[in-house]
Amino acid sequence: MSRKTLTRRQFVAATAMSSAALITAPYVRGAYAAGKLSIGFWDHWVPGANKASTDLVNEWAAKEKVEVSIDYITSNNKKIELTAAAEAQAKSGHDILQMPSWWPQAYAENLEPLNDVMEPLLKQNGEVNGTVKYLGQSGGKWLAVPATPGSQIKGPCSRIDLMKKHAGIDVQEMYPVGGPPKVENWTMETFLKAAEACHKAGVPFGIGLGETTDSVDTAGAIFQSFGAELVNAKGDITVKTDQVRQAMEFYKKLIAFLPPDAPSWDDASNNKWLISGRGAMILNPPSAWAVAKRDAPQVAEQCWTHGFPSGPKGRFAPYLPYFWGVWSFGKNKEAAKSLLVHMSSPSSIEKFVAVSGGYDLPAYANMTKLKTWEEEGPPKGTLFHYPDPYKHQTLSIAASPAPPKIAQQIYFQATLTKMALRFARGETMDQALAWAEGECEGFMRS
Amino acid sequence: MADVVVEQGRAVRARGARKGSSLRNALGRKSTVAFFLTLPLILLIVLLVLYPAFYSVYLATLNKAMTKFVGLSNFTFLFKRETFWMVVRQSCIFAITAVVFKALIGFIVAHFVHNIPGKKQRKWRGMLLVPWVIPPAMSTLAWLWLFDPSYSAFNYTLSFFGVGPIPWLGDTFWARFSVILVNVWYGAPFFLIMYLAALKSVPEQLYEAAAIDGANWWQRIWYVTLPMMRNIIAITTLFSLIVTFANFDIVRILTSGGPLDTTHLFATWAFQVGIQSSDIPLGACVSLFMVPILAVAAIFILRDVNKRGNEA
Repeated sequence: MSRKTLTRRQFVAATAMSSAALITAPYVRGAYAAGKLSIGFWDHWVPGANKASTDLVNEWAAKEKVEVSIDYITSNNKKIELTAAAEAQAKSGHDILQMPSWWPQAYAENLEPLNDVMEPLLKQNGEVNGTVKYLGQSGGKWLAVPATPGSQIKGPCSRIDLMKKHAGIDVQEMYPVGGPPKVENWTMETFLKAAEACHKAGVPFGIGLGETTDSVDTAGAIFQSFGAELVNAKGDITVKTDQVRQAMEFYKKLIAFLPPDAPSWDDASNNKWLISGRGAMILNPPSAWAVAKRDAPQVAEQCWTHGFPSGPKGRFAPYLPYFWGVWSFGKNKEAAKSLLVHMSSPSSIEKFVAVSGGYDLPAYANMTKLKTWEEEGPPKGTLFHYPDPYKHQTLSIAASPAPPKIAQQIYFQATLTKMALRFARGETMDQALAWAEGECEGFMRS
Repeated sequence: MADVVVEQGRAVRARGARKGSSLRNALGRKSTVAFFLTLPLILLIVLLVLYPAFYSVYLATLNKAMTKFVGLSNFTFLFKRETFWMVVRQSCIFAITAVVFKALIGFIVAHFVHNIPGKKQRKWRGMLLVPWVIPPAMSTLAWLWLFDPSYSAFNYTLSFFGVGPIPWLGDTFWARFSVILVNVWYGAPFFLIMYLAALKSVPEQLYEAAAIDGANWWQRIWYVTLPMMRNIIAITTLFSLIVTFANFDIVRILTSGGPLDTTHLFATWAFQVGIQSSDIPLGACVSLFMVPILAVAAIFILRDVNKRGNEA
């Protein structure tokens, strides 16, 4: 039995030859030649809606020869925010991460500029609204791409029968299917009178006064319709103004007509309020209506989603976009950008909207009249005005136009609802404003 | 010359033998074995407790953008915030009230259970431990439904007696009451089991002697049971105080700190400031503020335990 030993000289020669062979070998494009891509998407609450994202990603991956892995991250208990914070700290994680509204600004320094993605998309799909620019852009740099899944308007979802019976308002006539809204009389005053009438009838409007986003978004739109800003675009504190006082007076009157436990409401409470049949209106995307279709069809048949009432300074509707961001420390940025273009194409957007039953909203101007919204029901056309097809309101986010890093704190500390509630619970106007001013001073840290 | 070599060789061998035996001795020592046995746990603690603790101290010294060192200015900033002092006050109210009630209920129920004979006692012990073994996030969700504004089972039941509806989570008093109630419900079984174990270790002869001396039930508790349980009560209270102070899930699920921040605790406010408002250094500061408060409590309680230990 012979045993061949490898000498040191032979080992060196063999290594050198194999290295040379590897370097000079022709490039063969394999199944995953363009590398790997790791994606963190928001876990959609609509059953089956994640499949649209998976299908679109797989379709793109097969064409581009990229190996993809997708994690669906729930927004429950701020899992996405925690993931974003952890990945930004560790400088490692997904290549693409879907982020809620304020997060592109919060992690601006860690995000890859996406102007080369956004500029062609804007030409293709039309302009985006001011809130998308406010949240997604910094110093002319696009921080992230507006995502269709998860983006929403939190407009009124009214009970057709109860509004007609108790407030004398025909919401279907005001917001007809296929036509522009007839909203000359749909003002904050009318809204307040309707709230009072429905309260007296035992079916109060279900508007939260808590610290979660639904409550804050409503307060934001109402404050903006009075021109009330706690901090202006330059970063100056503007709490003690007539506009803020007017908004506070309005809110105090409104609070008197809301359910007594509204201060404890979270984002599920208003949905439950509508579905249980106890209220004539909530301010929410059509998720409550979608659940009512399954759990309380007699309620769903009477729901109509429409625009916000206008105040002295205009008609504002709460808008909450999601974004897809690409980390600057990501390993496959070019592939990530290519995927974002694919997911923002008109056909992809149409697919997202269709599988979510009309819940998901594209940010682009040319994409607000898709068939899904016209056809969804019952009642048919209930979502026609959800994406604001006639652009009759300003889509805005609470606490804007303050610089985003200050606004984010006003938003998440729920300063607007808290100050309104303080005033309604017996503090004087000056006390409530002084408290809010103190809070805003605290948010100025850099 | 040869002698020297031999001497040197012997010297080296002797040193080697000494080294080997000292290593053997070291390995043979109980303390060394104990150290190696606890090493995995020590490593885990270093990795999961010490490193994050020091990292949060580091984070607390950065500015909001986390780009420069600002020393203690985050703490001085916090001291000027009205909401911060409200959170300090609330955390103390929450922790002290909850611990007092948990201890009281645990003590009373432990006596009841102690007096139940044999097999039945085991069943009761098992049943009473249920709140403590259910993950709190899950049981708190059930409580949330009981308090729910639209579908509250409590309010539904109370309505039959013409009472309510009570805004369980919408009014400051009731919201505080609710979060404390859930914490007491969850934590009382821990006290119960600890006190039950302590009760079982009190020698029966002491009660017999007290009975001969004519002591009534209150005197038996005051002069026999309580002194015998003092150390357990102190340790349990300290442990519970730490856990209750650092509570997060109950408040987060039930009220998210509302209404008007009146149920926020250190942990929930730190989360709101640090994660939701993207001010991680300030959030780290808020959570670190628990350390001195708990350290003071720990020093007092442990000193007392130590003193009694020495007396014994």
